[in-house]
Amino acid sequence: MLTAILVMAGIAIALGAVLGFAALRYKVEGDPMVERIDAILPQTQCGQCGYPGCRPYATAIAKGEADINLCPPGGEDGVKKLAELLGVEPKPLDETHGVTKPKSVAYIQEDLCIGCTLCIQACPVDAILGAAKQMHTIIASECTGCELCVAPCPVDCISMVPLQEDLGSWKWKYPVFRLKQVG
Amino acid sequence: MELQRFPGGVHPEEHKSQSASRPIHAAFVPRKLVLPMRQHIGQPAKPVVKVGDHVLKGQTIAEADGYVSVALHAPSSGTVTEIGLASVPHPSGLPDLCITIETDGRDEWAARTPIDWRNTDPAALRGHVRDLGIAGLGGAVFPSSIKLDPAGGPPIHTLILNGGECEPWITCDDRLMRERAEDILEGARIMQHLLGAERLIAGIEDNKPEAIAAMQAAAQKLGLTIEIAAMPTIYPGGGGKQITKTLTGLDTPSGGRTTDVGVQVFNVGTSYALARAILHGEPLISRIVTITGHVLRPQNFEVLIGTPMSELLLHAGERDGTTGIIMGGPMMGFDVPDMDVPVVKATNCVLAKSKELFPPKPRELPCIRCTQCVPVCPAKLQPQQLYWFARAKDLGRAQEYHLFDCIECGCCSYVCPSHIPLVDYYRYAKSEIWAREKEKRLADTARDRHEFRLFRMEREKKEKAERLAAKAQSKKAEAPALSTPEQDAKKKLIQEALARAQAKKAAVAPKNTDNLPPDKQAEIAEIEARRAKIVEIAKQPVEPEQH
Amino acid sequence: MTASAHILQKGSVTRVMLLVLACLLPGVLAYAWQFGWGIVINLVWASLLALALEALALRLRGYPLKPFLSDGSAIVTAWLLALSLPPLAPWWLLLVGMIFAIGVAKHLYGGLGQNIFNPAMVGFAVLIISFPVQMTQWSAPLALAAHSLSFGESLSFVFGGTLPAGVALDAVVSATPLDTVRTGLLQQHTLDEIHSASQIFGSIGGVGSEWVAAAYLLGGIALWALRIVPWQVPVAFLAGIWLTAGFLHWADAGRYAAPWFQLAAPSAMLGAFFIATDPVSGATTPRGRIIFGLGAGFLTVIIRVFGGYPDGVAFAILLMNLCVPLIDAYTQPPVFGEAKKK
Ligand code: SF4
Ligand code: SF4
Ligand code: SF4
Repeated sequence: MLTAILVMAGIAIALGAVLGFAALRYKVEGDPMVERIDAILPQTQCGQCGYPGCRPYATAIAKGEADINLCPPGGEDGVKKLAELLGVEPKPLDETHGVTKPKSVAYIQEDLCIGCTLCIQACPVDAILGAAKQMHTIIASECTGCELCVAPCPVDCISMVPLQEDLGSWKWKYPVFRLKQVG
Repeated sequence: MELQRFPGGVHPEEHKSQSASRPIHAAFVPRKLVLPMRQHIGQPAKPVVKVGDHVLKGQTIAEADGYVSVALHAPSSGTVTEIGLASVPHPSGLPDLCITIETDGRDEWAARTPIDWRNTDPAALRGHVRDLGIAGLGGAVFPSSIKLDPAGGPPIHTLILNGGECEPWITCDDRLMRERAEDILEGARIMQHLLGAERLIAGIEDNKPEAIAAMQAAAQKLGLTIEIAAMPTIYPGGGGKQITKTLTGLDTPSGGRTTDVGVQVFNVGTSYALARAILHGEPLISRIVTITGHVLRPQNFEVLIGTPMSELLLHAGERDGTTGIIMGGPMMGFDVPDMDVPVVKATNCVLAKSKELFPPKPRELPCIRCTQCVPVCPAKLQPQQLYWFARAKDLGRAQEYHLFDCIECGCCSYVCPSHIPLVDYYRYAKSEIWAREKEKRLADTARDRHEFRLFRMEREKKEKAERLAAKAQSKKAEAPALSTPEQDAKKKLIQEALARAQAKKAAVAPKNTDNLPPDKQAEIAEIEARRAKIVEIAKQPVEPEQH
Repeated sequence: MTASAHILQKGSVTRVMLLVLACLLPGVLAYAWQFGWGIVINLVWASLLALALEALALRLRGYPLKPFLSDGSAIVTAWLLALSLPPLAPWWLLLVGMIFAIGVAKHLYGGLGQNIFNPAMVGFAVLIISFPVQMTQWSAPLALAAHSLSFGESLSFVFGGTLPAGVALDAVVSATPLDTVRTGLLQQHTLDEIHSASQIFGSIGGVGSEWVAAAYLLGGIALWALRIVPWQVPVAFLAGIWLTAGFLHWADAGRYAAPWFQLAAPSAMLGAFFIATDPVSGATTPRGRIIFGLGAGFLTVIIRVFGGYPDGVAFAILLMNLCVPLIDAYTQPPVFGEAKKK
């Protein structure tokens, strides 16, 4: 009896030591949860979730302050991935924060632009080029489609153009599995 | 030489005799040529002509855009009538940027300058190869200039001339070898020179004895040291990794290329095109195309790049009951979206379909795990497992099971008793993985740029604060009054500019009238306020703009 | 838009299934020759049940009937189950078995290609657990039977349970050799005693049944020659039986039957070539198939010898079915150009 207890206690102590050592040895710097959530968020930086960018939202989720269904650009897919990561039930997107739209890029109608630089200051990823009183242009490849530059423009010369599928971005479609179709 | 057997493979009905018996038909000049910019792997070519320009045969009309790209040339003389989207041979059926040339019928050559390749610096020579538009004509259309660059990998000891042509129906390489073997070997000589390969082997499937004989005769005539091997006829024996295995016994590593084991493979057509380009100054403006299937006179044609397939069909004798065109062979080719798409550099075969030759596929049944697909897979994959994962959209697992080693040869689809279009699933999975990786990269850049911006604003704020502090020290009295006049001036400027813009807008875009000037004025006042705290703006949820 | 390949080899699921049925024929003929009409009635009845149940299941699940009924997989299941049951089994035994095979094991798991367990074996397992008495009333070999039932008599026995006047049940049914051995051993007899007490034992296996086993072997070899089944599974399965039985026999020849005796039971040959090779519920990699076969063979003998049931093939295969995903995952062969795993 006594030996059994001793053996059990010994095992427990040994395991505890191993775990403790591992915890020290493999300690991760920073908060990996925030990183992992941030990796799922689409990085559109649009603020529709109610936070000034994706990372603050990620931090809020990690702290349990925010729900997982607030990010419209991420869409249902994003919610699903977050749910999986956090081990909770996925839920439908909260539509009060906006709806998922096809990916677009901003386009500046350049002959109307007055060079006010307001859009430059709004762009979260510095994707607009231009100097004061000069025409501005969007670097389409960097634009995340956040729409933040649209509202500030005093002359309404920025519009969002949905990205068209072309040969470069075309994908093979999921083959239709015709099992159920009668015929 | 001792040949080795590559794993897997099938032997479908060959159907080669129909087109192989007739000689190559000389090129004809169609009225209109349509030249897509994206005919090769890599960056599309960049047009250098304008609508209305007159171009000569062989003149550059689009130049290579970057390293992985090749130039494009006018296949005949005429006038550029259009530069814009047109339908191209691509499985998506999407249009792409094309240059359209209305030919003038004179077929007038631009100046051609042969290149003295023995005395040209290799890098410059590769530049010529690129600017003469040479890309792999076996179907992959990878820019040859890159494949001819031995740097950055293990040394190339063997150059293989690929005359496998294992797909059923296609005979363009067969005829080319029979009729133009000397040029092919001249091209091989240049390639061997550039790669520094000691060994030169030509692999030709044993169902083409005439081609083998012609190549042997040509080699003797040119005094070229080349081993010419008759390979067993097994599809896909002409695949790069497969022919390497057959001829050298070397296994290309999983996920790698044949160059990893010191072997470079070129299609005989590419070698021929290279010889014409370097020795005669003729850029790649035509190629040999097999036109066969449901036509009256199946034959190989020399075809100007850009010739609409429908015209080719007319020349070969179109028949009633044509149900469509496959570009390429029946194993790896794809249906073109319409008959008028042009022949491109990748077009080795135009295969006219009919109900009899290509009956509609039977319905697909579930996979019964019979594993008939396993022994035929040349990549030694487990197609049924890949299919399982791709169907369940379990892309990670598919990749783990070596999805990217699949060469899309179609052997598995060919034998599957459940008639599952397996390759379609693999293609879907591959392109989905690529798309996700691209999305991920874009998100990463966006994150970096956003973080940099936050850092920059922080820094600017600090600098500004420091500057203000410094100013305040030097001019203690004036500091408080500073902001108002400055802001006013700015406001005025914006308003002036706005008025100008409004006038302009009314002129150029009269539709956009739902925003009246008074609203705008109010908005600008707001903007001034927002401008000071631009960070706060980002916090506010943005209403979608209503136009 | 469909892509490669635009051409297809001639071949279909239907063809595969028909060939399986064709290769079963020698066994069926030998069975009828040695044991009478019962098996023929069973096969026809099972096939009818299979088609009706399959049609019903497809209809309920909203699938089209034609392509799935004509694939032949239901008939194969029906034959395998019928061949595993006593030939003179009452009609409702097959009905219950087929309901579990087609309805539960096949369609509840998603239909053709989706079932984890071999449907026929699920049907068999359910029956042997629920109706042990009926499942051990095997027809006596004609050579030993006191009375051989005519076709009509067999029919009325199967569907009405009535025997011709003056014929006792014992005259037409008996236990199988395997079962005889098992019960004998339970009663503390030695193998030799059991052998001498019964006439049912033939030169290797049982009278009559050894011929059936041989016919299955013949059909199985044809199936392999046609490349419908891989060689690994049957070879490994038979080897598994032989090795396990051989070891036991070597350890105590008085208690454990000779390996040849274990192999000569028709269920071993049927299992090796026709049941363990079911692609849907079996392993798919070459090494995996060897493991699958060996495991099933080993378990068959263990269950036969130590278990409470007269035969072990069904349970052995069902148990191995469970392990298939694991076996497959750990036996992935290297792909082309992949360094050989150490
Ligand atoms: S709503 Fe916008 S800012 Fe918020 S997480 Fe999604 S993309 Fe990022
Ligand atoms: S298509 Fe891919 S998986 Fe199928 S046989 Fe060819 S290489 Fe193997
Ligand atoms: S050949 Fe078809 S049915 Fe057979 S295992 Fe492969 S994918 Fe499945």
